[in-house]
Amino acid sequence: MEGSEVVVFWVCGTLAVIGAIGLIISRKAVHSALWVALTMINLAVLYIANSAPFLGMVQIIVYTGAVMMLFLFVLMVVGVDSSDSLVETLKGQRWAAIILAFGFGILLVSGVANGLVEANSIGLDAVNDADGGNVQGIARLLFTDYLLAFEATSALLITAALGAMVLAHRERWKRAATQRELSEARTRTGAGVVPLPNPGVYARHNAVDTPALLPDGTPTLLSVPEQVRGRGDVRPMDHSGLAEVDDLASGAAALPPTGRTLADDPRAES
Amino acid sequence: MSPSAYVVLAAILFTLGSVGVLVRRNAIVMFMSVEMMLNACNLAFVAFARMNGNLDGQVVAFFVMVVAAAEVVVGLAIIVTIFRTRRSASVDEPNLLKY
Repeated sequence: MEGSEVVVFWVCGTLAVIGAIGLIISRKAVHSALWVALTMINLAVLYIANSAPFLGMVQIIVYTGAVMMLFLFVLMVVGVDSSDSLVETLKGQRWAAIILAFGFGILLVSGVANGLVEANSIGLDAVNDADGGNVQGIARLLFTDYLLAFEATSALLITAALGAMVLAHRERWKRAATQRELSEARTRTGAGVVPLPNPGVYARHNAVDTPALLPDGTPTLLSVPEQVRGRGDVRPMDHSGLAEVDDLASGAAALPPTGRTLADDPRAES
Repeated sequence: MSPSAYVVLAAILFTLGSVGVLVRRNAIVMFMSVEMMLNACNLAFVAFARMNGNLDGQVVAFFVMVVAAAEVVVGLAIIVTIFRTRRSASVDEPNLLKY
């Protein structure tokens, strides 16, 4: 480990640790997932630096590609509750955990460093060259010495896929209500006969996180999707537009002249 | 600087992952912390493979990745199922199961 590899180690190692810290301290779960993705990519670079190019590629494809994608997908499904509660169920558990983990880390790092400081590295160049490459070497081991474990892996993957299907499947016990039935039920109870207001209607933006304004100028949260409300991402109301309208109505301000008159309106002819 | 620096880095990442499991209360974030610990172990395996000059460590790291992928699929399915019934992904909520 010398020369450029030291640089790679310090850069990617630092970024990986930063990602791990970001995972812990991010309030929102989506931010945590992105920090983990950063760590995974840097670990992939470190694998490649450790003459394990196959594992580095698998790390990028499987971890940052598939696993973190799956995490983000589930976070979007569970999005309403993605922020962490700050209530401690067990009193003092958080500080106890941090202190214990700190001690554990010091123990682990000092033990490893003490045991390995004299260790010299044989390196993988000879082994990788013997089979014609890293991928070929791993393939030879997988299909000879580790054949049984490899076969067990296939059973594991099939079981996991089946398990996920069974767990995520929801049996529908009764027929889905038709649009007509839903409409009739709404009319009968008198709740929300008309469609909910769209976000941004009568407001200055039409973004989905902007609540619509009612005719009296108050925002209505009904217009913002439940998921956005649950995440607390509702945009605060911007009342400057209302002041402009007030000024126009009271004559305190006038619209800039457009240079056109009513006669220019093509609709006026009919 | 010997390749044991990688093992030290792996130890640090493992510790940070364990802090995440202990401190965070969101099931998905805890899950990601477990993934972090698995990855730290993988890094140690890869570094040891290089120090010992054979590929067995890399094969083990490969198997760890396979198992982790399967574990993520099942674990996230469980989290989605719990979320569907409890409307919450906090690990403090499912203890209501026992009442």
